[in-house]
Formats: sequence, structure tokens, C-alpha cells
Amino acid sequence: MKLMAQLAMVMNLDKCIGCHTCSVTCKQAWTNRGGMEYAWFNNVETRPGQGYPRQYQDQDRWKGGWTLNKRGRLTLRSGSRFKRLLNIFANPDLPTVDDYYQPWTYDYENLLSAPAMDTIPTARPKSLITGEDTAVTWGANWDDDLGGGPAQIGRDPLLARVSRQVKLEFQQTFMFYLPRICEHCLNPSCAASCPSGAIYKRSEDGIVLVDQDRCRGWRQCVTGCPYKKIYFNHRTGKAEKCTFCYPRVEVGIPTVCSETCVGRLRYLGVLLYDADAVLAAASTPHEHDLYPAQLGVFLNPHDPRVVAEAERAGVPGDWIEAAAVSPVYRLIVDYQVALPLHPEYRTMPMVWYVPPLSPMVDALTQTGHDGEAAGNLFGAIESMRIPVEYLAELFTAGDVAPVRAALRRLAAMRTHMRAVNLGEPTQPAVAASVGLSTREIEAMYRLLAIAKYEERYVIPSAAVSQAHRLDALATGCSLNGDGGPGMTAFDAVAEKFHLTDTNGAGPNGKNGRINLLNWDGRNIDGLFPARAGTNEGGGRAE
Amino acid sequence: MTTWLWLIVPYVAFTSFVVGHIWRYRHDQFGWTTRSSQLYESRLLRLGSPLFHFGLLAVLGGHVLGIAVPASWTDAVGISESGYHLISVSMGTLSGLVCVAGLVILLYRRITVTAVRQATTRVDKLMYVLLVAAIGTGMLNTVGVNLLQGDYNYRATVSPWFRGLFTLSPEPGLMAKAPTSFQVHALVVLALLALWPYTRLVHVFSAPLGYLTRPYVVYRSRGDHLAARPYARAWEPPPPARPAPIVRMGRGPR
Repeated sequence: MKLMAQLAMVMNLDKCIGCHTCSVTCKQAWTNRGGMEYAWFNNVETRPGQGYPRQYQDQDRWKGGWTLNKRGRLTLRSGSRFKRLLNIFANPDLPTVDDYYQPWTYDYENLLSAPAMDTIPTARPKSLITGEDTAVTWGANWDDDLGGGPAQIGRDPLLARVSRQVKLEFQQTFMFYLPRICEHCLNPSCAASCPSGAIYKRSEDGIVLVDQDRCRGWRQCVTGCPYKKIYFNHRTGKAEKCTFCYPRVEVGIPTVCSETCVGRLRYLGVLLYDADAVLAAASTPHEHDLYPAQLGVFLNPHDPRVVAEAERAGVPGDWIEAAAVSPVYRLIVDYQVALPLHPEYRTMPMVWYVPPLSPMVDALTQTGHDGEAAGNLFGAIESMRIPVEYLAELFTAGDVAPVRAALRRLAAMRTHMRAVNLGEPTQPAVAASVGLSTREIEAMYRLLAIAKYEERYVIPSAAVSQAHRLDALATGCSLNGDGGPGMTAFDAVAEKFHLTDTNGAGPNGKNGRINLLNWDGRNIDGLFPARAGTNEGGGRAE
Repeated sequence: MTTWLWLIVPYVAFTSFVVGHIWRYRHDQFGWTTRSSQLYESRLLRLGSPLFHFGLLAVLGGHVLGIAVPASWTDAVGISESGYHLISVSMGTLSGLVCVAGLVILLYRRITVTAVRQATTRVDKLMYVLLVAAIGTGMLNTVGVNLLQGDYNYRATVSPWFRGLFTLSPEPGLMAKAPTSFQVHALVVLALLALWPYTRLVHVFSAPLGYLTRPYVVYRSRGDHLAARPYARAWEPPPPARPAPIVRMGRGPR
């Protein structure tokens, strides 16, 4: 047993309205730089749809994730280590920028500077990579809301696995949004395919990061990640990925995508797991068993033996405390309404999803039935084969049983809470039929529907957890420096993001720093803190 | 002149090569990358890049055999001068042609694909000129001099001169006797070596052989940089009206 702690996320898809606020704020915070124009650490895709990059789930083509070899041992789907090294000069399974999309901007300057003429001047689209005129033919969410019709949506790799004849009907009745970030997997195949060892999983919080100094630009990680959530910065020649906003969560505040989520559908919390059990769980022979196998890796934070083991393993006290009230643990393990994204990739993903019930409700309502009644909803979950099968392809490697169970729990919650709200007599039998007590259903409702900020984001900060180290510092006066009484968590983030000097008002020693938000992506002077003893920046333009 | 060209210039180039690499490794880890352009264009790269790199590795192996290994060693294992000549010319021509074919494809790609062309820096261009010159003069020596014109026993002049630079008993006079094409090749390669640490060519020294033996997943500690940041936590414990955890379906935590 090797107990480790991990920050995980759950997204409640029923509440996603597809507004892309998470994507835009993430982009503004992290990828509005040269070389990353095409990259979205957070993207929202419409399902069914091709996704971003196009058809990334077609692993026969992109070779992401893990597979079991003939001897039943876990190996990278793209081949052995030796094969990876032989392919290092030209990665055969690498998506090009066209598979994402050609990033573009518009020539707005022309609108103002064009000479007087008979026709209205236009702002032509220009490629952000070459600067030349470009034809806009695809984007990160081109098939949003089933845009493009059956011709585009029909290329969804998951649809191919669901029965063909109902495709059209399917499109008329069923659509939902899927926000995606890096999964921060327990068994990350990106890290496993990095020849340089630059990608690592942080032992304290499980966040998967790319060491920008160690990355050598071999591009194998882009292939290795089955979710295609590692992006190659074509200007710096380094791989970049979602950081789980570690500078924010380290000081106890949620990721940008969670913080700005309009639908409040994201949950952040701690999960304790047994790192020694991960390999065996990921090697489970049958794909349908991978979801239960991953559940089996998580440890019960209420079990005194687990708490004792966590203390022995050096997990800080407030992390153990946070694990006990983790909303993520409740949704994943207690209620089992959250499911992993593509467990068949065998990466043990740690961003889970509550599958959407609303398509069923909508379909029922459209056909004139009462979409909130338990009998109708349960019947729909049983009979509406295609949406359930599609969800199962996403979340449980095609096994419809866990998806049905999760949807039934959500349906029972709807029915029960409607009765409560309308003052009708509740039916404990409905709750019992999904294995929950009415009290549990109400607690689940509270968490899914009206939970406040502090309940949705239970993030122990890294700093507090090391408070005992402060004893050594107690002799000095700490009021003036970092962590002084006036220093808030947000100030710390502002400093990390180099937001201190947008108007030249920064303190001495920091006024040469560049503000990442206005960075032109080319000049790197002031981007890195000055080396000790010198005034020059750390980087060097090539 | 002989001393300048075949004694001072080589040592200046080697110094730049070694000191430049140390300096860059210590000060520019972030810039140490292949700066691959495969994201822009994959089809031509997949053809040209393996041809070029594997060809170049074979060429490098040939140079080790021809320059670093003294003629007396190959004599000792029973390889005659004519036998060595046959091997070196045939293998050298073959690997050189593979390398040149790859280089031509890659250069064509770099010039015709707009995005790749625009990603080419000035240092890249200088490096390409030297690389093409080095490979071109090398092919001239292997094919033009040794294959078509007949035999030139560079192991009597060029090789001992080169080894002498490393054993600190340099004999610049040896190189002065070599044919002009060999002299030009040597000078071009020295210039390339001098420029090497300041270009993308540094990626040669990050050949990731350690990948074959390291564990798949790397864990790393966050370190102690946060130790002095005693912020209050941003969350409050939720209200007490939470039910006891439930475990069912035989799938719960252990």
C-alpha cells in the first residue's frame, strides 16, 4: 500500500449550457501566447460530434493511451519504448495543426485604414501561423450544437460503434456538451511516452505537469495522450498542457475554469488512492471492468485505518480533513453518479462526469409525457437505448449498466425533489429503488443543485499544509514579506502570474517583468525572474 | 598559414563547441529543443527526416571508423588497405546518398511550406548553409575523389592530424598535404562545430536513451518553495447535515 492524495474534478453535464466561458477564461489565463494559438487546455465540445482535435477518440488512428499486449501486460498503444525511439525523427501518429484547426484572426486594421471606396471594406481572415490570407474551414468547436449537420456529426468515432440505423433519430433527440481538460490521470500515458522524462506527476497533489526546462520537443506525449490534451508549442518547441491551475490551487482557490463556470457544474476535491494498486487496476483484462477497478483504487477517507495510513504516508492534516468532505469523493464513490471519461484508455483519468439526464427529460416532454415522473423517466432510461449506449461509449467502455444506474439515481432525485417542492407526498420507494435513502437523495440534491462555493471547491492549500515548517522561520519578522498579514491568496496568484506590473507601478525589482496577458509571444525579456546576482532575464531568444 | 588553419582554427572551434554547450546547458534549458516543425507539415517530414537522420548516423559511424580508428588497428585485424577502401567507399556512398536524399526532401519542405519557412530563424539558415556545405563536400570526397577519381588514402594524413589534435601532439603539416576538397570539408565541419551549440543541433546531445530503462511514470515532489506562505484556506467545512458515507454494489473503497 502506497497511499497518495490527488486533486480531482467532477463535472455535472446536466448543468453545462455550452457557453464556453471556461474555455475562454482558460485561454486568456494560459494560452493567449505565440505558438499556442490553436491550443485550448479547456475546450467544450458538442456530443455527438467530432471533438477537438477532430476524431481524437479514434485510437486506431492516433494510437493514444495504453493497451494490453499479448502477455496481458500494460503497454503504450503506440508501441514499445524501443519502437517509440525508432520513430523519434518523425512521429507517425502526430496530429498536425490542420487536425486541430488553422488558428486565424481578422485584418481589422483594414476596416479603419482602407481608402474611401464604393464598397464597405472587409476584415479578411488571416492565418495566425503564417500571417497570410486563409480560408476559415474548421475551429475548436466548429460542430457546436450539431453544426454541420449529419455530414460532420456522422464522423464522430463513437457514433460508428453505436448502431447505425438510428443515427438520424439520435441527432434529433439527443445532444449535450462535454467540457474537457487534462485528466491528470493516475496512470498518465503522456508521461510514460515522454523520452526525456520531462512530464511528471506531482507526488503531493497528483497534478501532471511538463517541466519546460527538461522538455526537448520529441512530441511523443502528444501521441501518448488519448485525450489529445498535450499541445506542442510550435514557437518554443516545447509541449504544454493544462496545469490544473496549480498556482491557484496551491493557495486554496479553484482552477480558472471552475471559478468562472457559469453553470457551477464543476467540483474540486481530494481523493486518496493506493498508488500500488494502479498498475493492476489499469491492467484489468476486460474493458468493462476498468471503471469498477478504478473505484477500487480509491480509499475511503472515513476509514480510520486509511486516515492512519495517510498520516503515516505524510499526507498533511488538512488534506486528510479535506478528503473526508470531498465533494468529488461523494459523487464518485458515495453516490456513484460520476463516471470516468473513456476508462478503456487505461490511463485512470481523474476528471469524472455526471452523465446528462436532461436529453431524456427533453425527449419525454417533446412526446407529450411528463418528463419528471419517476415511472416515465425510468422507462425512458430503459428504452432509450441509443443515448444510453452513446454515454456508455464515453464513460464506461460501452457497459450500459453503470450509466443506467447513474441516470436512475438522477431521475429518482428529480422525482423526489419535485414532490418535495410541490408539497406532494414523497415516495421513499423511488429512492430505495436506486439504493439511496431519502436523506441521501436530499444531500445529493443539495450538492448537485445548490451547493455553495465552499462545498463545491474543497481545496486544501499547499502552503497551510506545510505550516509546521514555519516554526523555523518564527524568529524573523514575517509581516513585511510574502505571507504577511496583508498578503492574500489572490496576491500570491497575481505574483505568480506576473500581473504585478501592468502600469509600471510594480515594486522595485519587479517592474521589469512582463505581463503575460499582453505578451506578444515573441520577446522573452522580462518573462523570467532575473538570476540571482544579475539583472538579465533567464531566457535567451534563439 | 598551416599553423593557423590546422592548429589554431580547430582548437578555437572545439573550444566554442565545448564551452558553448556547457554555457547553453547551464543558461538556456528552455531553449534546448529540437524545435520540430512536424506540427505544420507531417507528410514530407515523415519521408525526409528518418532518411536524413539515419543516413547521418551511418555517416557519423563511418567517420569514427575512418578517422578515430588508426590504420594500424584495421591492419591488425586483417583488413587490407584495398579492403578498407572498398568498405568505406561503398558504405560511405550509400549512407551519404540516403542522407542527401533526406536533406533534399527536408530543404524542399522548408522552402515550399510557408509555415515551416517562416519558422526558420537566421541562425537556422546559417546552420543549413554549413550543413549543406559539410555534406556536399563530404560527398565530393567520398564519391568524387575516392570512388570516381581513384583512391586517396586519407588515413595517412587527415586521420592522424585529427587524432593528433586530441592527443595534444598536433601535426598541422599532415593536413596541409591533403587535397583541397578534404581541406575545405574539414574547415566547413569545423565552422559547423563552432556554431553547433548556438543552434537547434544541440538536440543531438539529448538523445533520450535513458527512456529505455526508466520507469514509465515519473513522480516528482513539489518541493518546499511554498513553505513560507501561510494563507488561510479558502474553503470552509460544509454544514453538518451530511449523511454518513455509504458503500454498496461491492465496488466501494477497500
